[in-house]
Amino acid sequence: MAVLIVAEHNNSALKDATHKLVTAARAMSADIDVLVAGLDASAAAQAAARIAGVRKVLHADGATLAQQMAEPLQALTTPLMAHYDAVLFPATTTGKNAAPRVAAKLDVMQVSGVIAVESADTFVRPIYAGNALVTVHDTQAKKVLTVQATAFKAAGEGGSAAIETIAAPAGPFKSSFVSEEMAKSDRPELTAAKRVVSGGRALGSSEEFHRVLDPLADKLGAAVGASRAAVDAGYAPNDYQVGQTGKVVAPELYVAIGISGAIQHLAGMKDSKVIVAINKDEDAPIFQIADIGLVADYKVAVPELMEELTKAGL
Amino acid sequence: MKVLVPVKRVLDYNLKVRVKSDGSGVDLSNLKMSINPFCEIAIEEAVRMREGGGGHAKDAANEVIAVSIGPEQCQETIRNALAIGADRGILVKAEGEIEPLAVAKLLKAIVDTEKPDLVILGKQAIDDDNNATGQMLAALLDWPQATFASKIVLHGDKASVTREVDGGLQTIDVALPAIITTDLRLNEPRYASLPNIMKAKKKPIDVKTPAELGVDIAPRLKVVKTAEPPKRQGGAKVKTAAELVGKLKEAGVF
Repeated sequence: MAVLIVAEHNNSALKDATHKLVTAARAMSADIDVLVAGLDASAAAQAAARIAGVRKVLHADGATLAQQMAEPLQALTTPLMAHYDAVLFPATTTGKNAAPRVAAKLDVMQVSGVIAVESADTFVRPIYAGNALVTVHDTQAKKVLTVQATAFKAAGEGGSAAIETIAAPAGPFKSSFVSEEMAKSDRPELTAAKRVVSGGRALGSSEEFHRVLDPLADKLGAAVGASRAAVDAGYAPNDYQVGQTGKVVAPELYVAIGISGAIQHLAGMKDSKVIVAINKDEDAPIFQIADIGLVADYKVAVPELMEELTKAGL
Repeated sequence: MKVLVPVKRVLDYNLKVRVKSDGSGVDLSNLKMSINPFCEIAIEEAVRMREGGGGHAKDAANEVIAVSIGPEQCQETIRNALAIGADRGILVKAEGEIEPLAVAKLLKAIVDTEKPDLVILGKQAIDDDNNATGQMLAALLDWPQATFASKIVLHGDKASVTREVDGGLQTIDVALPAIITTDLRLNEPRYASLPNIMKAKKKPIDVKTPAELGVDIAPRLKVVKTAEPPKRQGGAKVKTAAELVGKLKEAGVF
């Protein structure tokens, strides 16, 4: 069977999620091609060609693909499926936006948020915010999957796949890009960060959230995340949200500050390697999964932690 | 402008999810079911378009129709939407698991007869977490889509929608008719008042079946088993920040 992976990239660089999808695809087939759809995205296409295990890179470049919006991405991908048995999209906002559109055009029911590939037609995915895992058997002739990249190890480098240029869809389309407002930060991106510091409702205000978390994140070289409660309360922007309705992260270190540990939050971070929880409520559910728990008021504990980290040479 | 809002009946979000011991699914027996929170946000937005509010002019929408697909009890979910302010309801009566693709096909059949200018859906249901129905409906109708909306501005024959995307916000224009799916921060749904709950009981609900709509709803995917996720075991509690940093060193984090 032949598998197509739709690459995650921002035109200038290929994202690690692409490497992780290659690992997921390998459990299905050895014939793996990667589609890089963008504008001036040659660098991303070249990076995709270097992933070990990739047979061929399809590179479509054009103005209609600049933001990888759902309509053009679908118009590009659906006809390609004549040559593939399965297509994998990363479960990012770009992938989740486009994949079902491709699936419906192919009259295929998609498998969403795959976290394990048992075979070429059997997949595991979470439901109920990760409170249950279903094993799904997909016997459809064409398969459309969105894949939770953090559940897979990144494929290595060392490949030298050929890059084939294909035409970008011409349009016109009924949706058009107006503007974007990307959070500017020198910190690593949340889903790719090796360390994450997250805050919850206990922080009490947006000012306090940033006053407490930003210096700690900077010290640890960490990304900043938030619980849904903190986002709902307006303490943190939505793109900080870690959880089933937000982002799924699996860093080496996850520090949860003032987060009680609602199940929907745990679904977004429980695969982190080391989880640290600081909460003054000793019965908070977060302590049931934290590797290291500190029952303390963050107002006292975080400054002390900063000091200890300085002593430790950070 | 006519607005159609599909609403899903799901296990109440406050309840604990229990996997049946035989692995055949999630136990829903005798548990409270509620409107999916993202669908509630969709209804609220549509009602604001009719009433004026949330940045919308009064009568931007002149009719809001709530549609639910599922068993007879989905009438309650529709009544819930009618109490928030939807004008009338449509129930597509169907039993068993109905996948997003089948839901999208049923909704397309309803759109073909109702001809709304806008369909607003929740971005995902909190039970199956598929995040697919809105996009699939857009594809079947060949309409543009604006998913994960945190702000909607209607002007004339188009809508400007601000979307919650990884790393920030993106604003796009979609020509109407269009599909919009809601994210959490689009609005805060109201609590339905008692008079409105009473009024909702008198609003009409039309009942249809998948057969009448000409849609095959047989599932495409076979669920082999449903399991509890592996439990992660919590570790020790420490007393001080110094001890915490010591443990981090032991764990090889630094």
